[in-house]
Amino acid sequence: MALDAGLVGRSYPPSAVYEVGRAKIAEFAAAVGATDPAHTDADAARALGHPDVVAPPTFAIVVTLGAADVVLADPEVALDYSRVVHGEQRFTHHRPIRAGDRLVSTTTIEAVRSVAGNDLLTTRVDVATEDGEAVCTALSMLVARGAA
Amino acid sequence: MSARLRAADVAVGTELPEQTHRVTRADLVRYAGASGDLNPIHWSDRVATGVGLPGVIAHGMLTMGLAARAVTEWAGDPGAVVEYQVRFGRPVVVPDDDTGAEVTVRGKVGAVLDEGRVRVDLTVTSGGEKVLSLARATVALA
Repeated sequence: MALDAGLVGRSYPPSAVYEVGRAKIAEFAAAVGATDPAHTDADAARALGHPDVVAPPTFAIVVTLGAADVVLADPEVALDYSRVVHGEQRFTHHRPIRAGDRLVSTTTIEAVRSVAGNDLLTTRVDVATEDGEAVCTALSMLVARGAA
Repeated sequence: MSARLRAADVAVGTELPEQTHRVTRADLVRYAGASGDLNPIHWSDRVATGVGLPGVIAHGMLTMGLAARAVTEWAGDPGAVVEYQVRFGRPVVVPDDDTGAEVTVRGKVGAVLDEGRVRVDLTVTSGGEKVLSLARATVALA
């Protein structure tokens, strides 16, 4: 059930707008135990030069996880989701994600590989504001472990 | 309020304060809700063992998020991380008890880059085994 190399470069339509809320940032920060006041107190964030509370560095996954679902929903991407584990993750932050951001994600299949019976799928999600300001690029490598 | 670390105060080899985090099933449930990752391998032993895992495992992204704290708390600004990558080498198995699993995060400056940026190399272990590999963050210091 190897992935078709012809999928590389396939891009999907932009996501609906994800509006970043202060409560969601606070909830996510608490879930990773991040207690920096810049996640919850706008004045503390401003003291560091940010316009509003900022998200932890891995918050972008909240935005990109849903966006990347379009890949798994693509009938031409034959990936057995029940056998999928997360192999690698990379975030490039052009600037921190902050409360009030209205973000649009565009997903592209970056690479497909087959290694030792496992299918490896790398997706790139480019996250930008509605107005086109680049905010974050997320690269996720998923591994579908071959059936034993 | 946190004070931002200055690039002038670090050099290659500078060590970050070590952090140890305890991860319980309750933490996995909380992370599942906050992140939207409801994959049952992170809360159901039945499903986890059914796909060949030793038991319920932590979300790789939770481990990655915990490890980021060593960097952001050191830098004094959670918005200072400009690049962050990891490879999920080995799962963190979280037993169904009150103790959970322990995740230890060590880091040191691996390179001093231009424009006040430094690369931090992280070593993240659980039960003495490395759980993340190639874990590194580029941080913009003051």
